[in-house]
Amino acid sequence: MQDLRFMTNNNIPLTIKETQEGLKAKKFLAVELVDAYLERIKKFNPEYNIFLTITEEEAYKKARELDKVGLYDKPLSGVTASYKDIFLTKNIRTTAASKILDNYIPAYSATSVKKIEDAGAIPLGKLNCDAFAHGASGENSDYGSTKNPWNKEFVPGGSSSGSAAALAAGMSLVSLGSDTGGSTRQPANFCNLVGLKPTRGVISRYGVIAMSSSIDTVGTFTHTVDDMEIMFDVLKGEDGFDGIVKNFEKPQIKEEFKLGIAKEFFKEGLDREVEEMIEGVRKTFESINIEIVDISLPHTKYAVPIYYIIQPAEVSSNLGRFDGIRYGNNRDRFGSEAKRRIMLGSYVLSSGYYDAYFDKAQRVRTKLIEDFNLAFEKVDAILSPVSPTPPFKLGENTNDPLKMYLEDVYTASINLVGVPSLALPTMFSEGGLPIGFQLIGPNFSEHNLFELGRRYHQEINYKPKIAL
Amino acid sequence: MKYTPIIGLEVHIEPNTKSKMFCGCSQDHFGKKPNTNTCPICLGLPGALPYANKEAIKKTILLGLALGSEISKSSRFYRKHYFYPDLPKSYQTSQKENPFCIGGELLGKKINHIHLEEDAGKLIHADDGSLIDFNRSGCALIELVTEPVFHSIDEVLKFLKELQLIARYLDISSCDMEKGTMRLEANVSLGTRQQVPGNGLPDYKVELKNINSFRFLEKAIEVEIRRQELELSKGREPIQETRGYDEAKKTTFSQRSKEEAHDYRYFPEADLPPVVIDRSIILDLRSKMVELPQQKRERFEEQYKISKEFIEILVSDKKRADYFEEVAKLDSNYKTIADLIVNKRFDQKYPEPAGLAREIYNLSHMQYATDTETAEIISKVIAGNTDIVTKYNNGQTQVLGFLIGQVQKLLKGTGNPKLISRLLIEKLENDQK
Amino acid sequence: MAKLTKGDVLHVARLSNLNLTEDELEMFTLQLSKIVDFFSELSEIDTTNIKPTSQTTGLINILRDDMVMSDRMLTQNEALSGTDNTYNGMFRVPKVLKNKI
Repeated sequence: MQDLRFMTNNNIPLTIKETQEGLKAKKFLAVELVDAYLERIKKFNPEYNIFLTITEEEAYKKARELDKVGLYDKPLSGVTASYKDIFLTKNIRTTAASKILDNYIPAYSATSVKKIEDAGAIPLGKLNCDAFAHGASGENSDYGSTKNPWNKEFVPGGSSSGSAAALAAGMSLVSLGSDTGGSTRQPANFCNLVGLKPTRGVISRYGVIAMSSSIDTVGTFTHTVDDMEIMFDVLKGEDGFDGIVKNFEKPQIKEEFKLGIAKEFFKEGLDREVEEMIEGVRKTFESINIEIVDISLPHTKYAVPIYYIIQPAEVSSNLGRFDGIRYGNNRDRFGSEAKRRIMLGSYVLSSGYYDAYFDKAQRVRTKLIEDFNLAFEKVDAILSPVSPTPPFKLGENTNDPLKMYLEDVYTASINLVGVPSLALPTMFSEGGLPIGFQLIGPNFSEHNLFELGRRYHQEINYKPKIAL
Repeated sequence: MKYTPIIGLEVHIEPNTKSKMFCGCSQDHFGKKPNTNTCPICLGLPGALPYANKEAIKKTILLGLALGSEISKSSRFYRKHYFYPDLPKSYQTSQKENPFCIGGELLGKKINHIHLEEDAGKLIHADDGSLIDFNRSGCALIELVTEPVFHSIDEVLKFLKELQLIARYLDISSCDMEKGTMRLEANVSLGTRQQVPGNGLPDYKVELKNINSFRFLEKAIEVEIRRQELELSKGREPIQETRGYDEAKKTTFSQRSKEEAHDYRYFPEADLPPVVIDRSIILDLRSKMVELPQQKRERFEEQYKISKEFIEILVSDKKRADYFEEVAKLDSNYKTIADLIVNKRFDQKYPEPAGLAREIYNLSHMQYATDTETAEIISKVIAGNTDIVTKYNNGQTQVLGFLIGQVQKLLKGTGNPKLISRLLIEKLENDQK
Repeated sequence: MAKLTKGDVLHVARLSNLNLTEDELEMFTLQLSKIVDFFSELSEIDTTNIKPTSQTTGLINILRDDMVMSDRMLTQNEALSGTDNTYNGMFRVPKVLKNKI
């Protein structure tokens, strides 16, 4: 049997297929996989601050069950999975990376956690993030910043910082995050991973600590598009708890695609390397006979102000329940970013300001949706940057909240509109850090986005890799 | 009196659904052990999401239809924010624009709207702190708001009792004040004659809250009107505030003043898709609409020609009215039936309407013992109860009842009560002579 | 520039049930002013006759049948498990004034 204990970058399985083939061929046992992953977690976590809670006992229990049956025949059998710490896990501490929930032990589990584990996944633990998912760098965690495994002086992106870093560090094969304004796609790009922001209303949000109720989605991280499709198919569908989720059938996969590029995306603030990367991606797509169409999304320039009105308004509402009575600590334990958003939200909703801010933002949001509807009459998907820059250094943007908010300039509009977007890794910057892009599709077009992503990765002969 | 009371009502009704408004816990929270009727949703745990109860919405619309409200074509829920320990999410899921029912009228009094929301938990004030039980948290709650159109306590009580009756007829709620399935609030102010009716309202109102019986409401409004009259007579306009009622002191007391007025920061609840109420839903509900109390009163008068007093008592309990009609199908002595039900509670003696019908038949077709038989028995009874007769002769006429009973007993119940009474007295009086 | 005063910030802090230190008040007054000022560009757009969007799924009438789902309910112990401050099966809080805050 293969000794997985000191697996290196070269032989740790980086796909679901590789993992399950190894298990089925008895090259290694699920228990040995757990040994190997825990070994890596224990080795690298002190330095990179990725896991907040490690569920060693649960991991071994599940692995032993899998080994006992020995079939590994479920979609995620033997797949190591970890969850952003805003996913509730029954009897396992869940903090939202905020001291207000320092010792919170949930009485129930999130639907997506249940679905993943029912599909055979091995739970390794809970991942660091910006507290309550407020942030774009992971630096708002009350438990310290997570470091980017590709270069520990840089942020891994956020708010799902640990979810991305865990995969980049080879500590978990798949992970769950959330995407309210880019919190999955941006860290996926910053850590060389595939990240999905699904159509709103496809994956249940039940048991995920709410941030912005009209925008939140469950995000997923994997190394490859194939794995993303497997995860998506496991996670999607009604659960009887989230009233905005409906079942949907996998659509017919298109043969020919038209890909739109919006002129509004190329503007001041877009980093040269990112712009060149997009240009390169466009050429690759053209080379595989995908037609590129110029489109216009004139209201995307308002996405950040709309987003930073609606989202804090809903944050102020959703964080009201943290009063220290039924669980958690009292409201003094909120960090600055949470307090800032709560007050900003209360302000835009308060008497005398509702029409000028909240209602206005909801109306401009309608215009934004019209932009995308028009665009999707012409194209099947839209190619866009995710972050305006490659990963930035820890501490670089922390003094100016507004500057950090502008990190969402290419991502927030997608959340406001509700459509799906697939973030894809493609290359490394001159500084040696990952950069990538996103493909945005109309509602329920996930499988077509997977198809496009697969074609692209095939063309560039993409091979997943980890940093450590 | 210089001033006229101007009163508006807010009535909360807990519908008798099986489950709560947004989760699968039991709507019936009464008398349960504390915090045993909760789930992540109604306890406001992180990550929990609401899922709306169809039946609660139907009951709300049904009430609106009964009161002639306009039913919103598209309605939705809003979040209403305030911090209080018994409100677990820090917002109450309620309605604001386009509530399910708009307008309507009852006893000529205009209704502003009827909306649906969720209840809070219960806060119990103890000496060294306050205790919270969330069993009631998230229970469905229908709120009916009237226009400020009441000018006397009498009008208020009539309206509320009729509303209670309608809700019971429609099987919407038990409307039991004691159990809190019906709760009342009144906005009270005093206007000058020019302000009544409809010529603009006084620029203050006092909200009377937490009133848990019709009697207390009556008293609270009464003392509040007196308090405001006194204020106004001293040239002071009462301040806008919320007041409670202290039964022991028979006064109202300030609970919150205008300065602390709420800013509820309502916004649409994104976790609950809008509710679109199309014609088919309304037609379906209309087809299930029962005869309302007022319609029943009018029909009873027309059909059975019984007194208003009887009708009122029969109609005030739908089961009783139904029982009456069941018996009335079998026997046309409507007045007798009504009398036996209203005055003798025969509906309780004979749970089956047919039983009462048979009894009435027996009563009206009874063969009484003859005069001779009766006289014979009377003589026997007098002879056998000399001590009692002596008492009678000494003026204790109340013993007559005992003697009548003895006669009836020996006649095995076939005696004509009037005849027994007449013959017995005659004999006693004659014997004395 | 949309300028928030310290009074505005204290007001929203009270609405939000948050206590601020003097330093926080100083910092948030500046930051919130700057952020709110950034929103002003929305006023460029004419939104008369545009309906506000509050959901994107287009779903309507997602309703639940009325039944008790006891398997989803919590036991008293589970309900109270998040705090030590309980008494006789109830949550305990410092004495609340009758006024709602």
